[in-house]
Amino acid sequence: MQSIREQQSIREQQSIRKQQSIRKLTMARSMMLGVVAVLSMLLPGPDVAQAQSQQALRIGGSLALTGPLGQTGLVHKIAAEIAVEQINARGGLLGRQIELTLRDDQSRPDVTRTLYEQLLTVDKMDLVMGPYGTGAILSAMGVAQRYNKVLLHNTFGLPAQARYEMQFSVGGQAFDIQNVWPATVFDAVASSATPPKTVAIVTSKFPSVHFVSAGAREQAKKRGIKEVLYLEWDFGNRDFGPIAARIKEAKADFVWAGSLGIEPNMLIDAMKKIDYTPPLQFYMFPSPGPLAKLPDAKNALALTVFEEHAPFLNNAVAANFVKTFHERGAKANLADTSVELMASVQFATWQVLEAAVNGAKSLDDKTIAAWLKKNKVNTIIGEVRWDGQNNFMQGTDLYRVKQLQNGKWNVVWPREMAAPGARLLTP
Amino acid sequence: MNWPSLSLLGQSILSGIFIGALYGLFGLGLSLSWGLLRLINLAHFALAFLGAYLAYQLSSIGAMDPLLTLLLIVPGFFLFGMAMHWVFMRFAVSPFNSLLVTFGITVIIESCIQWIWTADYRRLESHYAEVKFRLGTLYVPLPELLTLIAALVLCGSVWAVLRMTDLGKALRAAAEDAPIAAAFGVDERRLSMLLSGAAAAFAGVAGVCLALSFTLSPSQIYAWIGVVFAAVMIGGLGSPLGPLAAGILIGVSEAVTMAFTAPAWAPLVSFSLLILVLLLRPGRV
Repeated sequence: MQSIREQQSIREQQSIRKQQSIRKLTMARSMMLGVVAVLSMLLPGPDVAQAQSQQALRIGGSLALTGPLGQTGLVHKIAAEIAVEQINARGGLLGRQIELTLRDDQSRPDVTRTLYEQLLTVDKMDLVMGPYGTGAILSAMGVAQRYNKVLLHNTFGLPAQARYEMQFSVGGQAFDIQNVWPATVFDAVASSATPPKTVAIVTSKFPSVHFVSAGAREQAKKRGIKEVLYLEWDFGNRDFGPIAARIKEAKADFVWAGSLGIEPNMLIDAMKKIDYTPPLQFYMFPSPGPLAKLPDAKNALALTVFEEHAPFLNNAVAANFVKTFHERGAKANLADTSVELMASVQFATWQVLEAAVNGAKSLDDKTIAAWLKKNKVNTIIGEVRWDGQNNFMQGTDLYRVKQLQNGKWNVVWPREMAAPGARLLTP
Repeated sequence: MNWPSLSLLGQSILSGIFIGALYGLFGLGLSLSWGLLRLINLAHFALAFLGAYLAYQLSSIGAMDPLLTLLLIVPGFFLFGMAMHWVFMRFAVSPFNSLLVTFGITVIIESCIQWIWTADYRRLESHYAEVKFRLGTLYVPLPELLTLIAALVLCGSVWAVLRMTDLGKALRAAAEDAPIAAAFGVDERRLSMLLSGAAAAFAGVAGVCLALSFTLSPSQIYAWIGVVFAAVMIGGLGSPLGPLAAGILIGVSEAVTMAFTAPAWAPLVSFSLLILVLLLRPGRV
């Protein structure tokens, strides 16, 4: 039997142990509370998460704001800024306001590459958008591929070279533009009252237009249209006098000029100086405003995806964009503030980005790319899809033929997209 | 190769003469400042384009006759040229450094042009553009004819001044040996300011001629540098008639190449001629 003293001693020891364990528990609780407090400071609470969703979404890209493509680069810049403003007014992308950073790539692919490296490594942009022009897009594509970033672009003229799986063409063109575009143009001229029997194909050696002009030669051959002249010149050619003289001497029913930017104006000027206007003339990508001011460009044809008339303006978003672009273009001192191919494809690119981010409910590049591959997007230029090779459209595309009629560009082909009452005019 | 008709060949040669005259007009000021002042003035091209844009502005917005714009452009550019040369003398800019400095000035002028007129294409619409003469089956447009006349008159006048006047002799003496010329009373500083002002004024004249015939865009400045340099080097530094003759030679060679073969071969002609001159007559440059 234990003595009373021993029993008291045991009780005292038990009491001491109990107090010690309570003290340990209190300390552990305090420590846990401290950890929780520290963690609560480190981990985002409801307020922090909300603040993050309000943090700007940084999207970067470059455009040719100076250099030979500067004229068109400015049009793209204004269209992009309008699109971003409108997206932000709708609440941004996934609740985050877009902060757009646009750098000037000086129309130089080498500068473009450096700028995209900077945008992704130094500026750490959340997303990037493609630049303007085939060479610059190819440069940006290489950088985007290295960092696994999705790249939306709209003016890439060599679809076979676009091999990066997370690049998407939003310009509405087919993968096989060398077949589709000449077919569209020759279909249009074949619908005229006097379909051409002979063609003169003259082209700049600028890669994309040269490539499509080679396709035009094939189309003419297939359709039994006799090629009476084929000429190539270097991009940047200054003297179009001898070229104009050769076109005049060829006496073709139809002149296909694979030309872009300032070249159509120079060629038309040179033909005017020797008193010649071809019966029917096509310029692939002219600067539409300045060309419209040349009286000798009357009835000239060109490619487009959008013009300022019905049915394009039946879309309320398009009509609003056109109105805003006119105002901004005038403020930016643009000689011509009309919305056509360039402004519309840039705006459509942002429409696609908005639809993809909202549809994927994510800003993750791979998730956005996966969503785009499975979906189509309605834009102001029409329904854009990526069912063709290299994420282009397949078989048909959104390109239409427009004609300069009474100083105004009207779509004349295909008929369902033609301006009300407009049809292709021939002499 | 298909042989061109006589009419096509004649029209191409005319076109080559006209573009060559413009090369010569561009090259006149460049050649004088390079040969007599030892300054390789790349800003000459930017000044010519500035002149073209000013002619466009004064004519399209200010409703002035394009040729009358010369009354404002020539004196204005003369003063600008003198001011630029004063800065070069103040900082003792060497010939090699002048290349870098004037490239910088070119970029600044290009940016200013783009800031004021944007990168949009601008076209001077004038009644001169509507006028052309016929010589048999050939057409002679008035703006190009005016450019040819301006080039012949200016290059001929400068040649006469350099050859036949005391001023010209003093300029050539100062270019050859400035200290000895100074010993004979030649004020080299004053003469070089005068020559620099004249070169800038010639750029202004070239600019007005350019605006009469071409659609303008700021980046086009650089499209002219290569071929005009070739004309100046073939024609001889400091020579007023050489660049015009070389310009016409290049222009006609390019045009005939375009008439016979693919126009893409044309640029090879000017640079092949330059390489030939450098190989056969290296002392000319």
